[in-house]
Amino acid sequence: MSMGTSKSTDTEVIYSAAGEVGAVRKRRTFVERNWIILKKAPLTAWFGMIVFCCYIVVAVFAPWLAPFGEAEVFNVPFAPWDETHVFGTDQIGRDILSRLIYGARNTMGIALLTTILSFFIGGVLGLVAAIDRRYLDQVLGRAMDVLMAIPSLIFALMLLSIFGSTVTSLILIIAVLDSTRVFRLTRSVAVGVVVMDYVEVARLRGEGLGWVMRREILPNIMPPLIAEFGLRFCFVFLTIAALSFLGLGIQPPTADWGSMVRENANLIQFAAYDIKASLTPLLPATTIALLTIAVNFIVDWFLHQTSGIKDE
Amino acid sequence: MSSSELTPPDHSSLQPVGRTGSLLLEMRNIRIEGFSDERWHKIIKGVNVILNRGEILGLIGESGAGKSTLGLAAMGFARPGCRITSGEIIFDGLDLGKATQSVKKHIWGTRIAYVAQSAAAAFNPAHRLMDQTVESTVREKIKGEAEARLDAVNLYRSLQLPQADTIGERYPHQVSGGQLQRVMTAMAISPRPDLIIFDEPTTALDVTTQVEVLASMREIVERFDTAAIYITHDLAVVAQMADRIKVLRYGEEVEEAETEEMLNAPKQSYTKSLWSVRALQKPVQKGDDILLDIKSVNAAYGKSRVLHDVSITVPRGSTVAVVGESGSGKSTTARVVTGLLPPEEGKIIFDGVGLPTKLSDRSKDQLQKIQMIYQMADTAMNPRQTVEEIIGRPLEFYLGLRGHVKEARVRELLEMIELDESFMDRLPAELSGGQKQRICIARALAAEPELIICDEVTSALDQIVQEGILRLLMDLQTRLGITYMFITHDIATVRAISDEIVVMYQGKVVEQGLKSEILNPPYPDYTQLLLSSVPEMDPNWLTDLLKERSIEPSEI
Repeated sequence: MSMGTSKSTDTEVIYSAAGEVGAVRKRRTFVERNWIILKKAPLTAWFGMIVFCCYIVVAVFAPWLAPFGEAEVFNVPFAPWDETHVFGTDQIGRDILSRLIYGARNTMGIALLTTILSFFIGGVLGLVAAIDRRYLDQVLGRAMDVLMAIPSLIFALMLLSIFGSTVTSLILIIAVLDSTRVFRLTRSVAVGVVVMDYVEVARLRGEGLGWVMRREILPNIMPPLIAEFGLRFCFVFLTIAALSFLGLGIQPPTADWGSMVRENANLIQFAAYDIKASLTPLLPATTIALLTIAVNFIVDWFLHQTSGIKDE
Repeated sequence: MSSSELTPPDHSSLQPVGRTGSLLLEMRNIRIEGFSDERWHKIIKGVNVILNRGEILGLIGESGAGKSTLGLAAMGFARPGCRITSGEIIFDGLDLGKATQSVKKHIWGTRIAYVAQSAAAAFNPAHRLMDQTVESTVREKIKGEAEARLDAVNLYRSLQLPQADTIGERYPHQVSGGQLQRVMTAMAISPRPDLIIFDEPTTALDVTTQVEVLASMREIVERFDTAAIYITHDLAVVAQMADRIKVLRYGEEVEEAETEEMLNAPKQSYTKSLWSVRALQKPVQKGDDILLDIKSVNAAYGKSRVLHDVSITVPRGSTVAVVGESGSGKSTTARVVTGLLPPEEGKIIFDGVGLPTKLSDRSKDQLQKIQMIYQMADTAMNPRQTVEEIIGRPLEFYLGLRGHVKEARVRELLEMIELDESFMDRLPAELSGGQKQRICIARALAAEPELIICDEVTSALDQIVQEGILRLLMDLQTRLGITYMFITHDIATVRAISDEIVVMYQGKVVEQGLKSEILNPPYPDYTQLLLSSVPEMDPNWLTDLLKERSIEPSEI
C-alpha cells in the first residue's frame, strides 16, 4: 500500500495516483509462481503427473529400454511368462514387453501429432468464426454440425477404408474429425473474449486479423484450450486404439496397444490353465487405461486451478 | 408523497411498528483478514459499529476501504477467502460471531436482509420475481404463502413499481435495472427484518432512476422502522439516506458523526477532501475552429433506429460533454465517430475532411487521430499484457518506435499520467481502478491523437479517484491541446470539465451550447429533469426534490 510519495500535481497530500490502494502484489518469476501452484496440487494430480512422465520416458527411450526389437520374431508363439520373455510372446512369437514399450512411442506419438493438428485446424477456424460472426461463422458452424452428425468412429472407419490405413491418413482423418469439437470449444470461449473492449481497442487501432487472433484473443482462451487438449489427447488415443483393435488403425508390424489387445485376446480363454498367460491381453489394455486416467487427473486439477474457485 | 397516501388502508401489517431507539447491533473491535497472494492481509483493522433500531447508518469510503466486508460482517458472514479474526458481533443479544451456521441461516434473509449492488446478478433468472420475493418469508413460516404474496403486492405498490399486481409474475430479465433493484428491496423487507444491509444499491443505476429507487427505499425503511446499514461511495447519496455517517479508509474508521454535522463540519482532512471533490471547475472556453463535425447522422442497430438526425460540432482544443441517461444514444454516437457503426445517413467531417464511415476504409493516419477511452478500464486492457506492452503497442504501430526509444517513451507517458516506471511490468489485475484508467489514458496519448473520445471514463470510479482523473485530463488538455468528446451521465463531471454541452434524449440532440448557457435557466423539460436528479450535498435535497416534482417517478 505504500508505493512511494506523491508525484501528483495535486497539492493535497491525501491522494496520489501511484500510491492509490490497489491489489499491490509482489511480482514473482515464472518458476516461483508455478512452484506455488504445484505445492498445492492434490495427490491425484501428482499421481497423474508422475505416471505421465514415466510414459514419456518410456516412449523416448524405447529402443534402449526394450529387451528385444519391435518386430523381432521368436520360435515360440504364445510363449508363457518366463525369464527371457517377461510377459511371454504373442501369436507369431514377438516379445510382449518390447512391443508394449515400443507401443508407447507409436501410439502416443501418433496421438500427440493428431491432437496438435486437430487443435490447429479447429482452433484457427474457431477463432475466425468467433471474430467474423456473419456468414463465415454460419458456414463453418453448419459444416462442423454435419461432420459431427455422423458417428465419428464409423465415419473414420469408412474414410480409412477409402484412403487406406497409412499412418498419414490415420492422423489426418482423426485430426479433421476431432477438430469439430475443438472448433466448437474455441468458438464458444472466443466469442466471450471478442466482445471485450480490448479487442475493440485493437480493431480501432487498425490491427489486422492475425494480430487480434494471436495477441488479443488466444492468450485469454488458453486455459480451457489446454484443458481440452489433455482430454482430446485421451480421446484421440482411445480412437486410435479402437481403430487398431478393429484392424484399421496402425498396421503391423508396428507395435500398438490397441492391436495388441486384439491379437492376444484369445489368450484370455486359457485362464483355467495358465492364469498369467490369460492376463497378457489385459496388459496393453491396462496401459491405455492408466494413461487415460493419469491425463484426466492432470486436466481436472488444471481446470480447477484456472476456474479460480477458492477453497474454504 | 407522504406515507399515508401510499399505505393501502386495508392492510394493518403495513403499519409501522414503534420500537425505535433500543440497541440492535453492536460490533466491537472487528478485525477481518483476507487471503490473497499466499498471505493473509488485514482488511478491517478494529472497527466498532453501534446501530439502534430504526436508525440508518451510512458507511462511506473509497473502494478497498472495507465497506462491503464490514457490511457483510454485520451479518456474521465472511466472504470465501476471508475470515473474521476477532471482535464481537452482537445482534439483538445474539453473538453472531459465535453462532453456528444453522442459527445464522435462520437469521439471514429474515431478521437481517441484504440488498446487493447488482440486482441483475443477485436474482435467479429461472424463477419469477414473486416466488423469490416471498421465498424466505414463507420458508421460515413468518407468513402463510397467500398472505406473503398479498403483502408483496402491497410492497411493490409502495415501492412505486408499475403494474404492482402482476409484476411479480415476470422473470428478472423482463424488468429494468431500477425496477429490479426495487423488487430486491421488497424481497428484503418482506419478512420484516430488523436490519437491512444495502450494499451500493444505486451505484449501477443512472441518475434519474437512482432518484426513484432512493426515494422508495428511504420511504419503506422509515415506514417499517427498519434499521439499515447503507454502503456507498457516493456522499450525496448517503446524505439523503443516513442518520449517521461513518467514514472508512484502509479498513479503519476515519470519523463518525450525525449526517448534518458531518456534511457541515467534517473534522478529518480525509473527510474534507471527500467533500471537496465536486468543487472542480473549468472556465468556459469558446472555440470556433471546428475539429469534428457530425452532420445529421441517422444510425441503427439492425432495424431499430437509435440515432435520429444527430448533429454535434466539436471545436478544437475544447471539451464537449455529451450527456443523457442510459439508452439516449451517447455511446452510439461515439461508435459512429470511431467507425464501429457506419451510419445510415449523414457525414462525419474531421479536420475539414470527410471521414470514411466504415472502420476498414479509414487510413492508419485517420485512425491515429481519434482515440477512445472506455468506461470499464478492466475490460479495455488485455489482462495478459503488461503495462509496457499495452502502452508500447500504439507507439510501435503508429509511430514505428522500437527498442530503447519505445521504452523511453513509455516511461515518459507513465510520468505524464503521474505513475512511474515501476508499473511497466505489471499486469492490469495488479492495478487499482484509477491506475487502470490512467494506463488507458496513456495508451490513448501514445498515439498522439487530436481527439479523444472519453466514454463514461470516471463513472466506475470513486469520487476522489474521479477527481484525480478529471484533473489529469484537464491538465493534459492545456499542455497538449487535445480535444475531448466526453460522454457521461454525471452532471457533476460535466460541470467540472466541459466547455460545451450536448444533451441527448432518446437518440436525439435536445440542446447543444456553451456550459454557461445550458446549465442556466431556462431549460428544456428534459434537461431540467436531468439536472435536478443529480444528488446534492444536502440531507434535505431528496425530500425537497420529491415535493417539487409533480410527476410520478414511475412515469419518467
